Amino acid sequence: MHLTDLSLFSQGILVSAALVLFTSFVMLAQARIQPLIYAFAWQGALLSITTALVALVSGHTHLYISALLTFGLKALLIPWMLYRLTRRLHIQYDVEIVAHPSLTLLAGTVLVVFCYYVALPIAQLSTLVTRNTIAVSMATVLLGMLLMISRRTAVAQVIGFMSIENGLFFAAVASTYGMPMIVELGVAFDVLVAAVLFGVFFFQIRTSIDSLDVDRLNRLSERGE
Amino acid sequence: MSPLILAYVAVAGALLSGVVALAADRFPAALRAGSFSILGIAGVTAVAAGGWALVTGTRTTAQLPFGLPWLNWHLRLDPLSGFFMAIVGIAVIAVSLYGPGYVREYERDRHAHQAASGESQPRNSLATLGLFTGIFVAGMLAVLLADDAFVFMIAWELMSVSSYLLVAYQHDNPANRHAAFLYLLLAEIGALVILLAFGVLAGFGGNFTFDAMRAAHLSPAWASLAFVLALFGFGMKAGMVPLHVWLPEAHPAAPSHISALMSGVMLKVAIYGLIRFVFDLLGHPQWSWGLTTLAIGTATAVLGVLYAVTQNDLKRLLAYSSVENIGIILMGLGLGMIFIGTGHPVLGAVALLAALYHSLNHAVFKTLLFLGAGAVLYRTHERDLDHLGGLIRRMPATAFFMLIGCFSIAALPPFNGFVSEWLTLQAALQVPALSSGVLRSIIPIAAALLALTTALAAATFVKVYGVAFLGQPRTRHVAHAREVGLGMRAGMGLLALLCVVLGVVPTLVIRLISPITRGLLHLSPAGATVRGWLWLTPVSPHVASYSAPLVVAAMAFTFLAGYLLLHRRARSARRSDPWDCGFGGLNARMQYTSTAFAQPIRRVFAPVWQIDEHVDKVQNSATRYTSMRHQLHVTDWSWSAVYLPIGRLVLAAARRVGRIQTGSIRIYLAYSFFTLLLLLWLIT
Amino acid sequence: MADNLNGWLWAALQTLLFIGGAPLLAGWIKRLKCHLQNRAAPSILQPYRDLAKLFAKDLVLAHDASWIFRVTPYVVFGAMLLAAAVVPLVAVPLPTAAIADVIVLVGFFALARFFQALAGMDIGTAFGGMGASREMTVASLAEPAMLMAIFTLTMTASTTNLSVAIQYILNAGLVLRPSFLFALLSLAMVAVAETGRIPIDNPATHLELTMLHEATVLEYSARHLALIDWAGMVKLMIYAVLISNIFLPWGIARHLTLPGLALGTVAVAAKLALLAVLLALWETVLAKMRLFRVPQFLGFAFVLSLLGILTHVILESAL
Repeated sequence: MHLTDLSLFSQGILVSAALVLFTSFVMLAQARIQPLIYAFAWQGALLSITTALVALVSGHTHLYISALLTFGLKALLIPWMLYRLTRRLHIQYDVEIVAHPSLTLLAGTVLVVFCYYVALPIAQLSTLVTRNTIAVSMATVLLGMLLMISRRTAVAQVIGFMSIENGLFFAAVASTYGMPMIVELGVAFDVLVAAVLFGVFFFQIRTSIDSLDVDRLNRLSERGE
Repeated sequence: MSPLILAYVAVAGALLSGVVALAADRFPAALRAGSFSILGIAGVTAVAAGGWALVTGTRTTAQLPFGLPWLNWHLRLDPLSGFFMAIVGIAVIAVSLYGPGYVREYERDRHAHQAASGESQPRNSLATLGLFTGIFVAGMLAVLLADDAFVFMIAWELMSVSSYLLVAYQHDNPANRHAAFLYLLLAEIGALVILLAFGVLAGFGGNFTFDAMRAAHLSPAWASLAFVLALFGFGMKAGMVPLHVWLPEAHPAAPSHISALMSGVMLKVAIYGLIRFVFDLLGHPQWSWGLTTLAIGTATAVLGVLYAVTQNDLKRLLAYSSVENIGIILMGLGLGMIFIGTGHPVLGAVALLAALYHSLNHAVFKTLLFLGAGAVLYRTHERDLDHLGGLIRRMPATAFFMLIGCFSIAALPPFNGFVSEWLTLQAALQVPALSSGVLRSIIPIAAALLALTTALAAATFVKVYGVAFLGQPRTRHVAHAREVGLGMRAGMGLLALLCVVLGVVPTLVIRLISPITRGLLHLSPAGATVRGWLWLTPVSPHVASYSAPLVVAAMAFTFLAGYLLLHRRARSARRSDPWDCGFGGLNARMQYTSTAFAQPIRRVFAPVWQIDEHVDKVQNSATRYTSMRHQLHVTDWSWSAVYLPIGRLVLAAARRVGRIQTGSIRIYLAYSFFTLLLLLWLIT
Repeated sequence: MADNLNGWLWAALQTLLFIGGAPLLAGWIKRLKCHLQNRAAPSILQPYRDLAKLFAKDLVLAHDASWIFRVTPYVVFGAMLLAAAVVPLVAVPLPTAAIADVIVLVGFFALARFFQALAGMDIGTAFGGMGASREMTVASLAEPAMLMAIFTLTMTASTTNLSVAIQYILNAGLVLRPSFLFALLSLAMVAVAETGRIPIDNPATHLELTMLHEATVLEYSARHLALIDWAGMVKLMIYAVLISNIFLPWGIARHLTLPGLALGTVAVAAKLALLAVLLALWETVLAKMRLFRVPQFLGFAFVLSLLGILTHVILESAL
């Protein structure tokens, strides 16, 4: 089946999936905290658009609920919480120095090729409209991990973590048209709780080591310094 | 009469030119008039022999009753070797025109030295220069003619050793001795590895003739091993990264016309060896080999040009740029192997064509550039770009020819370098034909890096030309430079003309070299010239087309229109001072230097080099610096990362082995005794 | 044959339209920027007047200018003329498109840039060399991104001939291609860098030390300067036309009929006018970058075009 044979909505799924991947790259490249949060919010919004489009094309109505939930939680609530946190911690204008930003981005593209290679057999088994996007969802997961590895501030790490979750959710939508509703609700609730807990932790870390730089946590190791 | 006979004449001529040169120490004219003209005739004969084999597409073989008792010399001239023979011939013709003028330098130098030191033995013998030049050329031609591994290796060694002696020619400079030793060491390692590669093939073919090797059936694993050995061995000679370290040392050390032959032609002989080995002897290349070659080629191209752009020594820069161009050729070969290995021989033929075309082009423009650098060196005794400047007014003809060389190497349309890089890109653009998505996503990246290489090469040669030939002279020598003699200009002019011709009528060239792909792959890229001589269409007219003649025509038309409309009607120009921000007194030292020109690139790609840069400031009061000194050392990273550890390892191993060397004769006898016992035990 | 001749005649006419229209686009952008920045705006025809004035002036050359300096304006203008001749502006069927495909088009730009950089170094001042060095650095970073964007296009249309490619896109109808989205963004970023616009270079700068492109033409005057300025306008227009006609080809005439051509002219004018609005907005909103931020900008453009290729391979290929 060629791209031109697909309906416009199915093409829309591919476009929004590509944009989700793009936001992952934007997050990798973005050194400032606030734009990073915006990029994360956009990823959530695009993810919910993708989910809604999948619902429209496949006719699975429960995906609409997932889309709404994603939008409310990942595009609005969690970014808003993170935003408020950064303001309260007065770090909203912080710029993080990313070592070799271009190399990180290139590593990201290598990851995408790798995911494509790994996901190819899975995609060939699938008959869903979304089968091509499985590789993209995997890449979103791995790019989230790359974000966590390449960053030092705790906020960026949390965003990386949330982005991994986005990728997992996306993978579920892409490969099986979503998980059962109850699982999705549970995961969403978990993420929300995690976000709240992270917020609490930020304050704790800040008060105990006077920084949000996770590299400073090395001091907590037994060896000491 | 057959092309092979002509080829014999060429080899014999080259050897004869060497023999004639033996008289040069007594009669310097023997080298200038005798040796070089015979060499020129040998070059013409080589072009004739190669052209004959190419045009007729014939294959002539012969056995000569020399060599080992069970292995006569097998010789063969087919379109592939004919093509490379023509390349060698072209460069040799240009060098033989250029050489007589250039060696005057050594003559003069010699007399001056002899008079000054009162020695009877001259320092640099002209005889050795001529002799080894002749042997070197003969060796290269003989490599192309070889049809068994024995002749091939003998000719190969002849080529390597004679070029070593030429690199060591100015041996009073310790740097040159070091360069020559490094070259010899790596060349011999490379030759050993090539021998092993032939050994693998001969083991399966049962014989050292190439015919037996062609007929051999290898399992994929053995074939891959042979391929890796060949890639390593020939790549060592061709200057593949990270085996390229000898190249920027050795090529600048040799006399310029020899550097031109080494960089322009000898590297192509190594490429010939690789093509012959992989496409002809091994046959059926696998796509994984192609991917390896493509990856190495891309790395070679990008690193080569990045090393080139930071160089200030003109000849060293050109040597690094040869590394880059070898990378581009390897990319073409790699693409060819990928396409053939995945069952698209027609596309593979396009890629192979691109590689061959680039080999030809590089031979022409790099020889030209080295000869030009030699002309600059001859008149100014400067190789350092930061000491040159303004030569366009003092050496107008050399400057003009160099400009054409720079255009060609920077891949600007409508010159020849552009055609081959365009073909390579077109070959890379055919990836949608591949079924593997991973390959489809990797090859475009390689192509993008090729674009990066081309753009950086343009930056490099803007630097070379802008700093050396434009602006104002930076030193006194340079300000008094004069144009070189007629012969030297003729040599450069011939190559410059070829740069233009090869760029403007690529279809004719491609028609000429398509018998090679017919011979190797049993098909020819018929689509390339389907719309006549005016249009170059590598795959089909719908996919891509390029018409250099029309581009030239349109350019000429714009010039004519500009001349008629603007230039002729206008009054003559007024001359005035350039803009100096109102401070006045611009002088030559305020020009941008070569170091400054490369600074942004050096900063952007900083991890590629080992940069040692510091500024010493002398401050006499709180606000004023009285003097400043900027020091910059940019070194090739592969040296410390690859070679020094290997060197250390070898030393350590030698020290271990050294322990058994006690110096006591009785212990040595004991070693022999135990060895004897062991051997006796083994054979029973 | 008559049909063929018609085509060539049309191609020549279209090239003239291209060259003649370029100053209009430049004037329109300048006017928009003035409006956006609360300045009194010059007439939209101002670039024509400037060019006419420059052509009428007497030439002044620096003492050290060689023939390269004098030849450069003609080469630069000629290269742009050639480039304009192969880009479909109003109609798709363009016989000249076969002379040079997109890669050769990039080659023409490289030729012009090479000469311009040489001319900058010819005088032997520091500014010229500085401009040449920076221009070549920026170009060498932009070129891979540009080529990748072109690759995305050619992998879809399997051709590098612009006429054929646009024909293919028109035939396919409205298709949402994620790869094209990335290629479009990447090409736009490259275009900004290559035409010397903000945030890479400031076309209106008067500070020598911040100049990239301008530093290489600092010594030019009269007809030479006119040709170089005009060539710059043509280059901007070529990029604008490439972007609008490849990614939004609708409205372009598919056959050489009079109503079709009229519609095509209107369509391309409307697209360019709109694109100019975007460019003016972009230049008003952003400030010029430090030189050593440019690699990051262009690196991002490269990653974008790489994503274009990857999404093409991953999402758009048939399984």
